Amino acid sequence: MTDNGSQHTPLRLKTGLAEMLKGGVIMDVTTVEQAKIAEDAGACAVMALERVPSDIRKDGGVARMARIDIIEAIMGTVTIPVMAKCRIGHFAEARVLQQLGVDYIDESEVLTPADEAYHVNKHDFDVPFVCGARNLGEALRRVGEGAAMIRTKGEAGSGNIVEAVRHMRTVQKAMRELTLMGSEELMTAAKDMGAPFELVRMVAATGKLPVPNFAAGGIATPADASLMMSLGAEANFVGSGIFKSSDPAKFATAIVTATTHWDDPQRVLEAARTISAEAMPGLDVAKLDPAELLQTRGW
Amino acid sequence: MAASDTGSGARAGTGRLSAECIVGVLALQGDFEAHERLIERLGHRSVRVRRAVQLPDLDALVLPGGESTTMLLFLEREGLMQPLRDFCASGRPVLGTCAGAILLARTVEGPRQDSLGVLDITIRRNAYGRQLQSFVGHADTPLHPDLAGSDAALELVCIRAPLIERLGPDVEVLVSADGRPMAVRQGALVASTFHPEMSGDTRLLACVLSGGATGNAAGKVAATPTHAATLTAPSASTSAAPSERTS
Repeated sequence: MTDNGSQHTPLRLKTGLAEMLKGGVIMDVTTVEQAKIAEDAGACAVMALERVPSDIRKDGGVARMARIDIIEAIMGTVTIPVMAKCRIGHFAEARVLQQLGVDYIDESEVLTPADEAYHVNKHDFDVPFVCGARNLGEALRRVGEGAAMIRTKGEAGSGNIVEAVRHMRTVQKAMRELTLMGSEELMTAAKDMGAPFELVRMVAATGKLPVPNFAAGGIATPADASLMMSLGAEANFVGSGIFKSSDPAKFATAIVTATTHWDDPQRVLEAARTISAEAMPGLDVAKLDPAELLQTRGW
Repeated sequence: MAASDTGSGARAGTGRLSAECIVGVLALQGDFEAHERLIERLGHRSVRVRRAVQLPDLDALVLPGGESTTMLLFLEREGLMQPLRDFCASGRPVLGTCAGAILLARTVEGPRQDSLGVLDITIRRNAYGRQLQSFVGHADTPLHPDLAGSDAALELVCIRAPLIERLGPDVEVLVSADGRPMAVRQGALVASTFHPEMSGDTRLLACVLSGGATGNAAGKVAATPTHAATLTAPSASTSAAPSERTS
């Protein structure tokens, strides 16, 4: 792939860090203590937040970029990469996070969107971005804007894996379909999914996203982690699933083990067996008011 | 991507791995997939290694990039430390890139952490800074004769890269940038702070695989200062190497 990243930083340096995170778990943390627990459990990166998604969901109100002192304290504590979230379209929050020196920015639907029409033009930044997607068109629009990693949106803070499964399956199926199309069909496919034509052509040729493809939004158990890897995720983000469980250190370790050994049921069993505590409480996504869904934020 | 595939390097080379061989890639976490692609481009077979029982079947081993703290936890939890040390002592070729180089190093700084300790260097983690200080640089020329096969510049993709700060007496520099060691060799063990698997350049891997028991070329390049040199750390994060970022 040619480097079509920002005018400053080649795209492969941005996707390169995502490559280094493959097979690992990125954990949401809100304090220095949690960040340490995550690192000690084997997280390959942490996402520094003010509140985990299930609390954002419960508390309501406007969710913004985390307080700088929290992010800074976490950056000063762990040696693994530190990510932070900005609101959809809030390029000024993103500039602040880049200035602070975080390793990755998540332009995230978990926070309250700042712009209902436009996402951040991520090509303008040296720091790499990850964005959520529910389908291939959405994923390729974000890549077109410069995202260097895609994750499923799932339904953050729900403790329910069903939406992440839907989104991963939807993306994988659409990619398989593209690989079977004749070249004359690709422009119409690009029009129908609202995705840049050149990226559609690239996926049709390779059967893969042009950037790493991770899972997020609802992973709460070791088996959930194994499921998402089995469906084609290259790594897992775990938000509320660890620090809203009743034994975070054990859940963290078990989910890391199940992500690495996702295709070995014996290892996933052993990981699950170490847990004798409750997983985070789950929500039936079908019973949520559509206005409460986080995944419909962004386009 | 530069057409720098010197695929004949290992197969036609004089080293012991001249036919198709089985190269394991430690697949606990990190960019093991990118390494698999590189291995297959050289015509060898790659195997994902997650258990010690797989090690005896391998002709060579790659420790990929990723997070060294995460990998280290797995090595300790899964009882892989001693089996990997034994593999490294067996004379079979081993390449460690970035986090893999940190695992091979005798001493790790920034912060101090445990390692396999089999390659006599001191290495500093994240020595250039965070992701914003990641860069693409180029190797000093002329390249080491063992890397020959193409005149193309050797690209050095460095992501939150470590820095080799001390070389033991038996350690030879294979690749340098601005005089700093970027890849080093001790017997059949090679550690590189950059990611050849990210640029798709097969020359370093071919060199590693043609090494093995016969390939200890320590002292071959007399001009290389290898004797327990203490090297200076980069003074400014972005001045570490010529970078695409500033061009």
